[in-house]
Amino acid sequence: MTALIELDHVSRTFTTPAGVITAVDSVSLALGQGEAMCLVGESGCGKTTTGRLLTGLLRPTGGRLLYEGKDVWLTKGADLGRFRRAVQLVHQDPYASLNPTRTVFQTLSAPLFRHKKANSQRQALAAVTELLQRVDLSPPENFIAKYPHQLSGGQRQRVAIARALTVDPKVIVADEAVSMVDVSIRISLLNLLLALAKEFGVTIVLITHDLAVARYFARRGRIGVMYLGRVVELADTEVLVTDPAHPYSAALIAAIPEADPDITRSKQRVELRSAEIPSLISLPPGCTFHPRCPLAEAGLCDVLVPELRPIPGAREVACHVAVRERTGERAAVTA
Amino acid sequence: MPVLSVRGLSIDYITRKGPVHAVRDVSFVLEKSETLAIIGESGSGKTTLAVGLIRLSPRGTKVTNGEILYTKNGLTTDVRTLDDEDLREYRWAEAAMVFQAALNSFNPVITIWEQFLDTARAHGMKDRHAVRDRADELLDLVHLDAKRVLPAFPHELSGGMKQRVLIALALMLEPQLVILDEPTTALDILTQRSIIDLLKQLRERLGFSMIFISHDLSIAAELADRMITMYAGRVVEEANVDDMFYRPRHPYSVGLLRAVPRVSGALGSVASIPGSPPDLMRLPVGCSYAPRCPYAIDACRAADPPLVPVDTARHQAACIRWKHVAEVLGSDAEVPVAEKLA
Repeated sequence: MTALIELDHVSRTFTTPAGVITAVDSVSLALGQGEAMCLVGESGCGKTTTGRLLTGLLRPTGGRLLYEGKDVWLTKGADLGRFRRAVQLVHQDPYASLNPTRTVFQTLSAPLFRHKKANSQRQALAAVTELLQRVDLSPPENFIAKYPHQLSGGQRQRVAIARALTVDPKVIVADEAVSMVDVSIRISLLNLLLALAKEFGVTIVLITHDLAVARYFARRGRIGVMYLGRVVELADTEVLVTDPAHPYSAALIAAIPEADPDITRSKQRVELRSAEIPSLISLPPGCTFHPRCPLAEAGLCDVLVPELRPIPGAREVACHVAVRERTGERAAVTA
Repeated sequence: MPVLSVRGLSIDYITRKGPVHAVRDVSFVLEKSETLAIIGESGSGKTTLAVGLIRLSPRGTKVTNGEILYTKNGLTTDVRTLDDEDLREYRWAEAAMVFQAALNSFNPVITIWEQFLDTARAHGMKDRHAVRDRADELLDLVHLDAKRVLPAFPHELSGGMKQRVLIALALMLEPQLVILDEPTTALDILTQRSIIDLLKQLRERLGFSMIFISHDLSIAAELADRMITMYAGRVVEEANVDDMFYRPRHPYSVGLLRAVPRVSGALGSVASIPGSPPDLMRLPVGCSYAPRCPYAIDACRAADPPLVPVDTARHQAACIRWKHVAEVLGSDAEVPVAEKLA
């Protein structure tokens, strides 16, 4: 499978008064058409920055963003315009991402006119009606003249998704798209995104801090776990949640409270050596997880940065110890 | 003797368009050292209820009916009848509230030490040294380094540290009852875990009762002894934690539980609840959940069903179809709803 969109060793640093922060550090990620995958991690792990790099909203400070095999940051003119339309971002906060002074029709018709998908009010009305049906806001005529404040959180998020769909995108990056809506309706929003992947072949990357949401959304796809700017594990979802290879993934899965009293009260913990998350300004040498890692080996993990490497089971992990235990290969300390 | 006994409590918001019945005829009992979780969607009335319990409701709120009976050392008082002085005493010394750390629970321009001092002063502790000793002790209890935390300003602390400080502050006057509003929302997984473990430890060590409101069912699964489901301002189900998770009898509880996926175990048939909660100013006739309920029959739309005992004496549900729900779900295995419906 050739990748539709790909991050090739992409890094992004930010200069702050306190120093240079590496928010994303050499992340490689390739996505095929119609794939539904999740990026998970705690706050500050770089998942949102990765999403912004994927959508071309941020320029990488290292590495390449490839769309259909072409380096996006070297394309110009019509090609760049095509990429901009093909890749859309859905934001976390449907209360902030919709213009409060515009009706649903105005919000959805503006990009249609802008990109010449509609040339008259009548065409726009037909297209908006169809979009609203696609995001299950029915009957559409009940929503077309509404302002955002007249809609519930879930309905607003559907409008935000409909807006992303106005330009027939090939890739949607949804950053915490269900975090701010009520628990009772999250699944239906995830199902809507999954239907777009399945029926229209849209590639969807859901960025979330909620592993349970990730497991549901990417249950037939992959999850990437991020820690301090790096992808530390990338695996098929069921493999990851039942047999995490990276000690950080294992710690997360062991720590997450579950909506099941028997399971959650009898979970085996993974004890970390420290609860302190290192500062992005002065990251530890070697593996950035080593000061907290229960498996860390002196002279190896604190010296050598682990690359994301394949292990049996069509998965990749960035951990010297996990790679050695699962493949028998040793990392050589040369530095 | 229960610590708190709420009877027939109703709270309205007065608006220009008329009263909004945010809490309707709520009754429950909280025993000593017991933890009660109140669950429900936003707008279900759970926050209005929790804030009402310590009479911190915003202006424009009216308690229209009911009693909040608080018992200490065999002495029972109705919180609704307390005068200002007694109320202030009750609020921190007897019942302390921990708000979401993500919200503005701290004064941003004073240090943590000054927050401790402020709280102590408001309750008549004037000796700075005594307050310092107490602060050290409390921060130690929540596993924070007093030397590092006390001189810090709120913005210098992480979300998890702030939540710990708020818990420490709440425990300053050794309350019998701690009310927590979304105690782990907006915290990272590992931080969430440490706050949950901390609350378990503190509860065991200090023996206080807890009420927490959360839209996050997994926190309830971790901490609760008993649970209440609220819908459109009413209690629609009350049960111990295992009965609620494995044998819910109100279709709304079933819907909520089914809406939450898990990381471990089978995924089962997860699904959202269709529709949205009713407008509290224009409640439907009959059961307010009927328009969204997959089990509703004509009789559901005729009268609002009262809470009735189901399965056991300590388990109540406000649903005339509870036997049907029981049949669909079964009552045996300790298996979550989404798996039973798969």
